[in-house]
Amino acid sequence: MASIELRDVRKAFGAVEVIKGVDLEVRKGEFMVFVGPSGCGKSTLLRLISGLEDITSGEMLFDGKVVNSLAPSKRGIAMVFQSYALYPHMSVYDNMAFGLTLEKGQSKEEIRRRVEKAADMLQIRQYLDRLPKQLSGGQRQRVAIGRAITRDPKVFLFDEPLSNLDAALRVQTRIEIAKLHESMDNVTMIYVTHDQVEAMTLADRICVLRDGLVEQVGTPMELYEKPNSVFVAGFIGSPKMNFISGDLAKSFNADTVGIRGEHITIVPENGVWSGTVIHTENLGADSYVYLEMGTEEPVVVRLDGVNTYRSGDVVQISPMPDKIHRFNAAGKPVA
Amino acid sequence: MTTEALRSPAIAQRRGRSELMQQRARAARWFLLPMMIALAVVAGWPLARSIYFSFTDVKLNNLYGAEWVGFANYLQIRTLESGRTIYRGVLADPDWWNAVWNTVRFAFWSVVWETIFGMIVALVLNAEFRGRGIVRAAILIPWAIPTIVSAKMWSWMLNDQFGILNDLGVRLGLLGAPVAWTASPDTAMMAVLVVDIWKTTPFMALLILAGLQMIPKDIYEAADIDGVHPIKQFFRITLPLVRPALMVAIIFRVLDALRIFDLIYVLTPNSAATKTMSVLAQENLFQFDNFAEGSTQSTLLFLLIALFTIVYIWLGKVNFDGGAR
Amino acid sequence: MTATFDLWKVTKRVLFYALVVFIVLVSLFPFYYAILTSLETGTDLFRINYWPTSFSLANYQSVFSQGAFPRNLLNSVFVASVTVLLALFLAITASFALSRVRFRGRSLLLMTILAVSMFPQIAVLAGLFEVIRFLGIYNTPWALIFSYTIFTLPFTVWVLTTFMRDLPVEIEEAAIVDGATPWVIITRVFMPLMWPALVTTGLLAFIAAWNEFLFALTFTVSNQTRTVPVAIALLSGGSQYEIPWGIIMAASVIVTVPLVVLVLIFQRKIVSGLTAGGVKG
Repeated sequence: MASIELRDVRKAFGAVEVIKGVDLEVRKGEFMVFVGPSGCGKSTLLRLISGLEDITSGEMLFDGKVVNSLAPSKRGIAMVFQSYALYPHMSVYDNMAFGLTLEKGQSKEEIRRRVEKAADMLQIRQYLDRLPKQLSGGQRQRVAIGRAITRDPKVFLFDEPLSNLDAALRVQTRIEIAKLHESMDNVTMIYVTHDQVEAMTLADRICVLRDGLVEQVGTPMELYEKPNSVFVAGFIGSPKMNFISGDLAKSFNADTVGIRGEHITIVPENGVWSGTVIHTENLGADSYVYLEMGTEEPVVVRLDGVNTYRSGDVVQISPMPDKIHRFNAAGKPVA
Repeated sequence: MTTEALRSPAIAQRRGRSELMQQRARAARWFLLPMMIALAVVAGWPLARSIYFSFTDVKLNNLYGAEWVGFANYLQIRTLESGRTIYRGVLADPDWWNAVWNTVRFAFWSVVWETIFGMIVALVLNAEFRGRGIVRAAILIPWAIPTIVSAKMWSWMLNDQFGILNDLGVRLGLLGAPVAWTASPDTAMMAVLVVDIWKTTPFMALLILAGLQMIPKDIYEAADIDGVHPIKQFFRITLPLVRPALMVAIIFRVLDALRIFDLIYVLTPNSAATKTMSVLAQENLFQFDNFAEGSTQSTLLFLLIALFTIVYIWLGKVNFDGGAR
Repeated sequence: MTATFDLWKVTKRVLFYALVVFIVLVSLFPFYYAILTSLETGTDLFRINYWPTSFSLANYQSVFSQGAFPRNLLNSVFVASVTVLLALFLAITASFALSRVRFRGRSLLLMTILAVSMFPQIAVLAGLFEVIRFLGIYNTPWALIFSYTIFTLPFTVWVLTTFMRDLPVEIEEAAIVDGATPWVIITRVFMPLMWPALVTTGLLAFIAAWNEFLFALTFTVSNQTRTVPVAIALLSGGSQYEIPWGIIMAASVIVTVPLVVLVLIFQRKIVSGLTAGGVKG
């Protein structure tokens, strides 16, 4: 169990600054997700926490102690890599035991006990004698997680662990990681992803990164309900939030107005706006209607159940007044 | 991001180097040390001493009693009282210039023919046909045979009285009478070239083949659809695309050919028509008691090859950044 | 399709296979002829035969009974093996540093190593002679093991560096997180992954050391210390004018057969190793 604190952490590769001063606190036992578009520095930030990369300036504290220059193996961390990074020539058992065999004073029995315990948790005990190449992608991912568990870490680091899995397996493994977090409630977990769905479903708190800086930190619902910038508002939630600017926004005393598709209703008459249907998507449980109303991108309306609108229909719509997000020219919320 | 991490230059690590980076830097130092010492002892120091010897009057049996003579071993110009000017030293030695000429001639022709034959063999191996594996195995055999052995094998085959090649030549009507290939000054160089080309073409072919196999197949499919004639395809597509690999292979071979020793030493011993710089230098050093002169000649050869190495590095645009993944 | 078109196609095919046969024939004939000669004795030797006419192992018997050839063979095996092991040992750690750790001067170091591999052996001959005399290893196998390092070491370092560069970074990072030191990473993580590369480079270095002539000629002087290439080069008959071709060919076949077998077994690896040293650069 460890809390992690970053104070004005910066990282430069040569002349290029990738992390531009990050202040962040990850609480004990928390599941923190770093999310952001590619190139935002989220993986670098994770690598700085792991110790695989040096921080250029600033301070990094684990449980209040500065660990700036502490080797990764002494930080009490374990890491699950995007490519699993299993040792190809070692059996699953040896993969999981490797870290422990390098520690002094670990008896063979103790190592076996811990590997088997982790293997049971992940239901991979029957694969312990196999080589990684004899396993499927999902099984390899479990071994990679098992290897991390065996080390009994205080901090668990995940670097886009699901990106090499197919869609079905991704959902399944996501649920397992969530269960793992519940069963290890005193372990801090940091998880990097570019997929906001993973972030929303897994995180206790999400840290949205943009261009080497923290954009917003908060629980999934905080980010969903009170995004503190256009960037966060657009990044979190699916379908993407609609942004309306120009004269239509002026009437709301804002430069940009954001409204989520699920917070717009189609009304028979006296709607706030009107638009022409250009496309519809029926997903069964819900459906999306795309409207052309002079904005940069079409406005999406999310409806429950199946809709029967056709392209060319002109409809009236109304946003739910308390769900409207107003932003100023700098992309920040209007108070 | 990992890519950037490895490539990032020294700036990032100057301040507050972590335990991990320090450990790795320390390990790197210890890992490199044995190799660097080894190279210094077997290459650096001997090279320096060889060059030093070339400026002294050192003798084989008196290595430590040498005295500095400056450039005298290279070139010494003396004007006699009679007014005649005498040039001495390696650079005024006709034997040396004969060896230089032989070396250059050998390097030029061997590389030219190896490139042509290597290209042909590579093109054959690049085609899909049954038995390709056997052909590739077969051409590896000349490469694997020790040079001395191939020299002996060929000198037997080229033997003036009992050589099978003379017999074959006469039977096929190509030769009027058997020829003393290795002994006759007119044909000695040809004999050396034949053996060297036979032995080294496989290496050339494999390097070119590697280059050929990097050319995407769909380029040729597109050219076929456009109706480009195969010969035109070769000159317009294959040759330009394989050129980088070819250049590297050629310079590799030139460097190798310039230092030829063993084949000539065994195939045509004591023949002035083939004696190369390496052979002459070795003889002077260890057979004729001209240690200083031999050192001078080996230093000159070193300079020549150093020049070509620089050209190679420049042309090859070799990537020296170990971590440029 | 007209008949003439097919004829052209057939002609092309025939010509192509004729070329293939020619290439194979030229490649193999000298070796075939050496074997043929090595099995002939007496006057058979001096009749030109294209096909085997007699079969006698007398030449092989004399190779092993006369002179120091068995000893030379042992010398060659010993020198080449120790040279390769030494070079690989020094090169593995060095190439880890060169491919995986960033430090100032790395490019310069790699460039120096490449330059050394291009050294003409003759350029260091005089200086090496002095060092070898100084170390007191003149006319011993150690003189050759010592001097062969000049070409085996740069080559192995270069090829292993290019190979190690291509090993996945994440595996190394996983090992770092697991608490592995660089030494542990090399010995327990990388070496098991690298054995194909080690076999290839080792084999190529072995062949180079096995075939080396100039140093062997210069640094050994007695029959007992020579390696086979020098022994074969200096093999002579009863008199100066009588060259024992049968025996020379038998000895040649003996030193070549192991190489040919190795090359055929490791064909693919050798081709990739050769081109890694050259094209990839």
